[in-house]
Amino acid sequence: MLYREAGQFRSSYAEDQQIFPIRQDRIAFAVLLVVAFLIVPVVANQYWLSALLIPFLIYALAALGLNILTGYAGQLSLGTAAFMAVGAFMSYNFELRIPGMPILVSFALAGVCAAAVGIVFGLPSLRIKGFYLAVATLACQFFVLWALTRFGWFSNYSTSGVITAQKIVIFGYAFESTQSKYLLTLAIVTVMALAAKNLMRTGTGRSFMAVRDMDVAAEVIGIPIMKTKLLAFAISSFYCGVAGALYAYCYLGTVEPEAFNLDLSFRILFMIILGGVGSILGSFLGAAFITLLPIFLNVGSKAIEEALGIEVSHAMVSNLELMIFGALIVFFLIIEPHGLARLWQIAKEKLRLWPFPH
Amino acid sequence: MQFFFEVLLGGLLAGIMYSLVALGFVLIYKASGVFNFAQGAMVFFAAITFVSLLERGVNFFLAMLITLVAMVLIGIATERVVLRPLVNQPQITLFMATIGLTFFLEGFAQLLFGSQPHGLELCTSTEEPRSCIRDEPMSWFSDLTGGINVSQFDVFSAFVAAALVTTLALFFQKTRIGRALRAVADDHQAALAIGIPLQHIWAIVWGVAGFVALVAGMLWGARNGVQFALTFLALKALPVLLIGGFESVPGAILGGLIIGATEKLAEVYLGPYFAGGGIENWFPYVFALVFLLFRPQGLFGEKIIERV
Repeated sequence: MLYREAGQFRSSYAEDQQIFPIRQDRIAFAVLLVVAFLIVPVVANQYWLSALLIPFLIYALAALGLNILTGYAGQLSLGTAAFMAVGAFMSYNFELRIPGMPILVSFALAGVCAAAVGIVFGLPSLRIKGFYLAVATLACQFFVLWALTRFGWFSNYSTSGVITAQKIVIFGYAFESTQSKYLLTLAIVTVMALAAKNLMRTGTGRSFMAVRDMDVAAEVIGIPIMKTKLLAFAISSFYCGVAGALYAYCYLGTVEPEAFNLDLSFRILFMIILGGVGSILGSFLGAAFITLLPIFLNVGSKAIEEALGIEVSHAMVSNLELMIFGALIVFFLIIEPHGLARLWQIAKEKLRLWPFPH
Repeated sequence: MQFFFEVLLGGLLAGIMYSLVALGFVLIYKASGVFNFAQGAMVFFAAITFVSLLERGVNFFLAMLITLVAMVLIGIATERVVLRPLVNQPQITLFMATIGLTFFLEGFAQLLFGSQPHGLELCTSTEEPRSCIRDEPMSWFSDLTGGINVSQFDVFSAFVAAALVTTLALFFQKTRIGRALRAVADDHQAALAIGIPLQHIWAIVWGVAGFVALVAGMLWGARNGVQFALTFLALKALPVLLIGGFESVPGAILGGLIIGATEKLAEVYLGPYFAGGGIENWFPYVFALVFLLFRPQGLFGEKIIERV
């Protein structure tokens, strides 16, 4: 009743091709943006912003990057965290070594560095596919972390290898409060997500999908395989690199290379699998799910402890949480292998027919 | 030169240990096309179950038997709960499911037996004199070769690996179940059509992989102690798989030897030129990558034929 496109006629190509062709979608998206930009910073407290919303946005951006590579271009990668690490450490170095460097430019340049690393480690994808490629991207993961730890230049010769992000100043305004950091992250993520959404609708995005679906066939119809695959690696790594820079500057503040270990790569892979492979929305849903799940598990286990009046040791709780996390992932894969984005799509289709399903 | 041979031999023998872990991957990938990331967690689970039973005074062979039963049960349960509902899903989904399984097994093992590291000695009896296999150099070998030290333990594990591979090869080639396994590996649907029970076969494969995990867990546990770090063995085994090919048992062994040898040689001879060493972590991967540039399917992998 509320959500259907009946009566909305398009009279120009531009209207027909817009991202949200249905008016209700446009309104919902505008409301979402207003809530995220104006209401959330006022309502949410420090804990919510710094422990939930900022990491959620950053993970979503990284998941988006991986989704471009894995979901759209079909190249499985386990090196996401390494690209994030490149972004974090290079933005630190740009800020440190070039005086007066605008922070947004150094974020972008850090993304470009990550893209360059991505292209180098994307080269094997021209020859190998599937799990062979996935394992090959692990080379990137281990090599980058080793290089960042071993070469002191990256961390400005700090003895522990830890970097401390500089202050974020844009046009004389210092982003120090959690609210302002949240808004900065949100703005960057929104812009990049919209850019990704649009990119996937261009010829480039379509050639990504053609390569994903069958690369030999794509080659036959004249899509340059090498250029397309490497471009996918570059764009994906650029997104991950910016996410890594935000991770260091807006979320953690001080980072060591170990923060970008294989676990993080897997977490981001989980996000896109659970959220939906080949879906922009899925990256956000997956990131929300993975960020919230440990918190829910924690709260849940505390509640059960109190309800039963028993004292459970900390180690036992963390082991139980590990088990539940693993079991839930398997459970979600079984009930909806296409991810949360697919559930959302089904819900929308149902809503269009509601309340008369026939 | 003598030092070179010592490093080379040490590398080859360490490589055999990697092969043992890689073997578990190959078995499952061959028969079901699942890239089982949980193999490392299975190794850890087997090792910690075994060592906990030993510490509770259970006889060596009995403990082995109980652990084996536990591993087979886990294999069957995995087939029933995880794989069966996910039949026909893309490989990446199955891969993610095994990562979920990894978390579950890691949590479960530590919940049952605690997370403190255990020492493990491979002794067949608790009474004196105990017959143990220790990590000591063999004196007769170094006398014979003019001072090349080779650990008794490494040689023992090499023999175990050889025995395991021979058994598996015989099992695959000669027995009825082995043939059914190979048929399933060739083509799921064709195997189903001629009446091979797919689900039983998968349960058997996971059981066998559990057995391999137990052997690997016992050997690695005796060498490095039974601790959580055993789960990272899976990562050590991956370049071995890249070189050997995901579907090949001999490939796993040969790949292990190549990776073990190059890793140690690179660490000793190239390490000093790379910002003070520590290249062991990534060198096998980069080596495997360069190798794949020339042979994308690995040494013994199935030939890639592309059709449109």
